[in-house]
Amino acid sequence: MDRKQYCVKLSVQPSRGLMDEKFIVLIQNALPGSQLTIRALHQCEDGHSWEAFGHYTADTTGTINVSEDPSIGGTYSGVEQMGLLWSFRPIPGSKSGLRMRKKNIQTPMEVTISVYQGHQTEGFADLVPLSGVAVERWYMAPGVRRIPVTEGGLTAALFLPSGPGPFPGLLDLWGGGGQLVEYRAALLASHGFASMAIDYLTAKITMETGKMVDNQYFETAYRVLQQHPQVCGSKIAMIGLSFGTSITLKMAVYSEVIKLSAAVCISGSHVQPVDGSVEEILRFFQKNGEKTRFSEKNEVIWRDLLLPIPTDPSLKVNVGRLQCPLLLVVGEDDQNWPSQESALDIKEMMARAGNSHLLTVLSYPNAGHLIEPPYTPHARSSTLKTVEIEEKVMCLWGGQTVEHSRAQEDAWKKMVVFLRENLYGGRNPTSFSHL
Amino acid sequence: MTQVVPPILSVTPSRALVDEKFKVLVENLPPGYPVTVRSLHNSEDKHDWEAYGHYVSDHSGVVSVSEDLSYGGTYTGKEPMGLLWSMRPVPGSRPGLRLRKMNVCTPMLVTISVHSGHEGFRDQAPLASVLTERWYMAPGIQRITINEQGVQGTLFIPPGPGPFPGLLDMWGGGGGLLEYRAALLASHGYVSLALDYLRFDQESENLELKYFETAFNIIKDHPQVMSDRVGIFGLSLGSLVAVTLAVYSTIIKPCCIVCISSNHYYPAQGSTVASRFEGVTRQLYKARVNEDNQVIWKDVGLEFITDPSNIAEVGRINCPTLLVNGCDDQNWPTVETAEDVARLMREAGKEHLLSRLAYPDTGHLIEPPFSPHFRATTFVIHSSKEKVLLLWGGKTKPHSDAQEDSWRKILSFLQFHLYCGPCLKAKI
Repeated sequence: MDRKQYCVKLSVQPSRGLMDEKFIVLIQNALPGSQLTIRALHQCEDGHSWEAFGHYTADTTGTINVSEDPSIGGTYSGVEQMGLLWSFRPIPGSKSGLRMRKKNIQTPMEVTISVYQGHQTEGFADLVPLSGVAVERWYMAPGVRRIPVTEGGLTAALFLPSGPGPFPGLLDLWGGGGQLVEYRAALLASHGFASMAIDYLTAKITMETGKMVDNQYFETAYRVLQQHPQVCGSKIAMIGLSFGTSITLKMAVYSEVIKLSAAVCISGSHVQPVDGSVEEILRFFQKNGEKTRFSEKNEVIWRDLLLPIPTDPSLKVNVGRLQCPLLLVVGEDDQNWPSQESALDIKEMMARAGNSHLLTVLSYPNAGHLIEPPYTPHARSSTLKTVEIEEKVMCLWGGQTVEHSRAQEDAWKKMVVFLRENLYGGRNPTSFSHL
Repeated sequence: MTQVVPPILSVTPSRALVDEKFKVLVENLPPGYPVTVRSLHNSEDKHDWEAYGHYVSDHSGVVSVSEDLSYGGTYTGKEPMGLLWSMRPVPGSRPGLRLRKMNVCTPMLVTISVHSGHEGFRDQAPLASVLTERWYMAPGIQRITINEQGVQGTLFIPPGPGPFPGLLDMWGGGGGLLEYRAALLASHGYVSLALDYLRFDQESENLELKYFETAFNIIKDHPQVMSDRVGIFGLSLGSLVAVTLAVYSTIIKPCCIVCISSNHYYPAQGSTVASRFEGVTRQLYKARVNEDNQVIWKDVGLEFITDPSNIAEVGRINCPTLLVNGCDDQNWPTVETAEDVARLMREAGKEHLLSRLAYPDTGHLIEPPFSPHFRATTFVIHSSKEKVLLLWGGKTKPHSDAQEDSWRKILSFLQFHLYCGPCLKAKI
């Protein structure tokens, strides 16, 4: 046995991190100049395995520092500190259309990071690594509490940061796939926001009665959040992705009950029948269904359903009436929603109305529709079952992996700062008058 | 009537190994605002431990514990980790307490909070608080109870294919099975066996030596261990075991040894470590007791070891040896021991194998970094079942610095001798 191999020491710090925290992957005591492959392996909850790897050359001290040294091949190249996470893809032989999403956020994502001799590209399962470590990635910081919410007929989960509070609140909405998606709310709670993830398409009440929720459903969620003793009722924001944007903009502008301190809209549009319920908006999209296109790989492209952006004011949320800061996050290669065209129109409408000082647009070339928390693997397309159609389709989301991953990292950072400034900021002498 | 939005407190990383540093940051305070940052831990035996520092925010409303000076509290000055190492039992606790984690599979939970003001900061509820986890075990480590061939202990195996170097880990005269250092060593890549060894029912020295040799071999023969890369790590009485094995065992050959709070007391042949320890404790009625009723064993120990026939033949040690001691050790003459070992190894031409670290104002209990300092704690003497307050020595700040510095140097010593020893160079 070649003894010198066993000197190779691999470390990942921190070994237990939050999903948006960076880590440092370090190799020491390798043979100077030796070629090594660093590989990450993860088996997700539905049993599929994902891998990412980079090819490195140890320097003259036998060291490789992934945050400083370039990968010269693999699933990512160049100096990419977090490449082992964002470049994850299903292992060869997996079925197509997979997307990595954690359902149970009370346990960590477990990743095994190993180092192999040489520049390997396949057959890892048959190779013995030189060294391997286990890494945990958490959506929930210690002390964050998850509280299921069923009051008022809601299907939701509230995540409270640790500490006495009170905390600013956040309503968190995902898109057309429905379900109660909790991970972003859990991560935002780890950053100090009392965040409520809401299922509004496949809520228990919808599954039981067959009827979509009405607008009061969202106002109920707002009220429940506002009245929570550990929530600062005057500082509540809403964040929506995809169809969640439609709801967020509607509530921000038209609701008499919901008074937002800020809104974040990712990969969405303001185009919708303004007086419409959830059901009516969905039907409006379906009506334009014949504008569906298909890629050469037969992936569904839905971005044209809302194009061209209408001039009819009854078909667009009147963003000119918006009274709170709005952050729009746009992937310019979004193949699912016309988020870029919508952002441009929103900008024009707000400029005309004189409230464009409230608007910030983050627009990312070559980023797709699914702008997720940082280091989430990019899915250019994946199988989707929406509430409107019964069978699964292969949906094209868009985006090129490297740029999409950079966009996720940048957008998240800016989003957290935006939320902090609008929900925690505005320090004035009276805010600490009780002290 | 409007609720107030609190300051933002963060601890990064929120989950860490016990020897990793964290950054505690408070933001969104009013500028120039006095606050107290406090840590609170409720131990497994249900005692509250705390530390705190008094700070003033800068004009952007920030307090950074890693960058700013603490003006008072349980620590002062720029101390990124002061909230951990300066912990002591909360006022009103019983004296002589010691903080040691028994269950290493769960983290030590510490609540870090920020309070308004300096004096009387405890009178009001905190402005914000966060929970942070401090782990002895890295993810993926296997913990295996060992109860074979008469040996009792706990084995910790790092994740990965291995093979790994190994370590036999032993604590001191308090007895029992303490796993935390072995778990932490495994988190650094060593297959580590925490050994339960202080048996007062061992019949003979030979049998006892056999016990240690068997334990050592359990590690050495493990399929995931590099059999020629097994070392011994001991503190206090544990360091005496390490020395004894390095000198007298004909069966095992440790690759290197680490002795914290060194001990080379080895009277007449034919006595076990346990009985030697008993012998010492029986003489301790002679020990001085200070005004705080704390018992000082050091001088009695010094009497024992001045007799050259009471010393192990350390000139016969044939492996790299690291001795780590505190100059204010009040429990055992460890610095004198180290000097004695140096002299004897020099006379035997073995000085090149020896490294010594001696820390000023540091006591006997040199623990992993950021562990609180225990100047004197309750100790139960096995033979008489008497409870005494033993003085270990050390002043908190220098002792904590010594814990941090020595751990780094110990890890580097182990890495050098167990991970990339001389045989590597021979291959190239």
